[in-house]
Amino acid sequence: MNLEKVTFAFFILLALTLNFGFVMGEMDNPIHHNKYELFSALVVSLIATILKFGDRTHIGAVLLATSLVADLQLITASMVWSYADYVSGTGITPKIIADIVSLSGGALVANIASVILLIVETVLMRR
Amino acid sequence: MDNVIYLILRRMRLPLILLVSTYALSVLGLTLIMGQDDQGNPWKMDFFHAFYVVSYMGSTIGFGEIPYPFTDAQRMWVTFSIYITVTAWLYSIGTILSLVQDKNFRQVLAFSGFSRRVRSVREPFYLVCGFGDTGRILVNELATRGLACTVIDSDESQIQALELEDHPVVTPGLCADANEADVLVAAGLKNSFCQGVVAITPDDKINLKIAITSKLLRPELLVICRSESDDTAANMDSFGTDHIINPFHVFADNFSMTFNAPSMHLVFEWVTAMHNQPLEDFVTPPIGNWILCGYGRFGKSLYQRLRDEGLPVTVVEATPHRTNPPRGTIQGRGTEGETLEEAGLQEAVGIIAGTDNDANNLSILMTARDLKRDIYTVARLNAENNHSIFHAFSPGNMMRPSHITAQRILSLITTPLLEDFLQMAREQDEDWANLLVSSVAGIVSDRSPETWTVRIDCDDAPAVIELASEEHHCQIQHILVDPHAPDNPLPCIPLLLKRRGFKTLLPDHELIVQPGDEILFCGIHQAFTLQDILLKNYNALSYALLKEDRPSGYIWKWIHRQLHGN
Repeated sequence: MNLEKVTFAFFILLALTLNFGFVMGEMDNPIHHNKYELFSALVVSLIATILKFGDRTHIGAVLLATSLVADLQLITASMVWSYADYVSGTGITPKIIADIVSLSGGALVANIASVILLIVETVLMRR
Repeated sequence: MDNVIYLILRRMRLPLILLVSTYALSVLGLTLIMGQDDQGNPWKMDFFHAFYVVSYMGSTIGFGEIPYPFTDAQRMWVTFSIYITVTAWLYSIGTILSLVQDKNFRQVLAFSGFSRRVRSVREPFYLVCGFGDTGRILVNELATRGLACTVIDSDESQIQALELEDHPVVTPGLCADANEADVLVAAGLKNSFCQGVVAITPDDKINLKIAITSKLLRPELLVICRSESDDTAANMDSFGTDHIINPFHVFADNFSMTFNAPSMHLVFEWVTAMHNQPLEDFVTPPIGNWILCGYGRFGKSLYQRLRDEGLPVTVVEATPHRTNPPRGTIQGRGTEGETLEEAGLQEAVGIIAGTDNDANNLSILMTARDLKRDIYTVARLNAENNHSIFHAFSPGNMMRPSHITAQRILSLITTPLLEDFLQMAREQDEDWANLLVSSVAGIVSDRSPETWTVRIDCDDAPAVIELASEEHHCQIQHILVDPHAPDNPLPCIPLLLKRRGFKTLLPDHELIVQPGDEILFCGIHQAFTLQDILLKNYNALSYALLKEDRPSGYIWKWIHRQLHGN
């Protein structure tokens, strides 16, 4: 058992599950989407990205790219949240929450791709 | 460059994860702890403000408590957060700093920078391994001729010295072990602009390895090696190393030549001299008994040649059991008067200090000169930085191995025909050499002449080709005149003509030049530049050839044809 692989798979999978948990629910209903869940999805996604730093394999590079995409989507989503709450002053309207959820939905796709790649890598290794 | 980025990313994993985790923990804590707004209502900080507070807390500390003054619970958490975020920052910055100072990292950085600079070279270059005395002279001389070099040396200080020198062409240098093929490849071994490899490290074994690597990876490449032992030289020769230079043999050959063929020796010295070197004068060492101190590689080589010349030689050697000198050898260093007297100094005409220690060599010669004022002295100079003290002593002849090697390599690279010339000249007699010396002496001043090769083709001599296509064939004498005043001859002499593999020594001036010819000239630098004008400028050459101005444009050519009917 390789501890590095365990940690990495853990974070990749956790990023997906947290992201999924946040996206679940009615799209335009703010009470279905917890801000703590978005926050933890973002943090875990960042950690998963950093864990892939310095991996010189091709699959490692693609994994780094998918995590970066997820990060970008989640950071944008949280920035939209903060903007709506404080800068524009409209608060979390159904339209805003729909925007946030669709952005995190994009991140969800990237996270799914990460997990698929992880599975492919594991199957290829056969160890 | 890829390597560097990966190295940084790999090292930064842990510090970055730590930083993200501490930030996340601090932010989360701030959003969970109950606070109070300015009206005293319970209030929870949101993510936006929490992130803001943590961001300035970790890096600056001291922005105040926003948006409302903190409660005690919040302050407790912030205190805790300050300590963990500051520690995480210090750790991350410390890791970056130690990475920058890390020796491996710096090596990787230097290596990738070097290969990038080598890749960016867009002109023919030579790969020089070893930047000692020889390498420095060689690279300087190549650079003044506009030839680029890439340099490898295992000594950091030598590479720093290279960087300090101001060359007119790019000369990337790397401190690395030339034993490794990767290093040679990074220095451009596989680059299509690489013209040749010069292996002149102080270690024969490394030179051998470089030669093997180069011949395996690029068989067509010119490989020049220095080898100070016959054993290694034979080994290098076995797999087709193009040129192997043993400075001791070269010197011994030249020195023995001074005894029976001083003019020939002068010819050799003059045509192989380096850029702007003072003109050598006749050296005539006396004939009689010689004393040779030091019977190492140099001593052995010289002993053989002197015996071939029929000169009686007494050897003085400090460790005879190791070097196995000939019968009658005196044991001793030669630095003491007694040893020299024992070797028959009073009857000797000349003394050679040929040990591998410069201080001992000087001491031998000074002792000898003290005991016998008019003795002829030959010194072996091992390290080029001792040249000034040797020069102050002014021995009759000085053997400078690094100079000899550099000179030889230089002529092999810049004027390959010179080697052919020297080979053919060696077969001529002393009268022939006398004639050549007097004609070269007639054109040079106090500086050594330069030698250069002219190839009659569209690149080097388009004017000759163009005139030949108009049925005006020029002779060698036509490219030996001043283009500005065709009645004045240029101060240069054709030494060798190579035509379809056939070589002619000192070709006749009336010989017609044909496309594909290669001609070796010797003369002063000014002659070289003036001749270049003739070879490249149609008008200048046609005036020198036909003593008339030829029309150069299409219209004037047409009018000319109408008027003169040709």
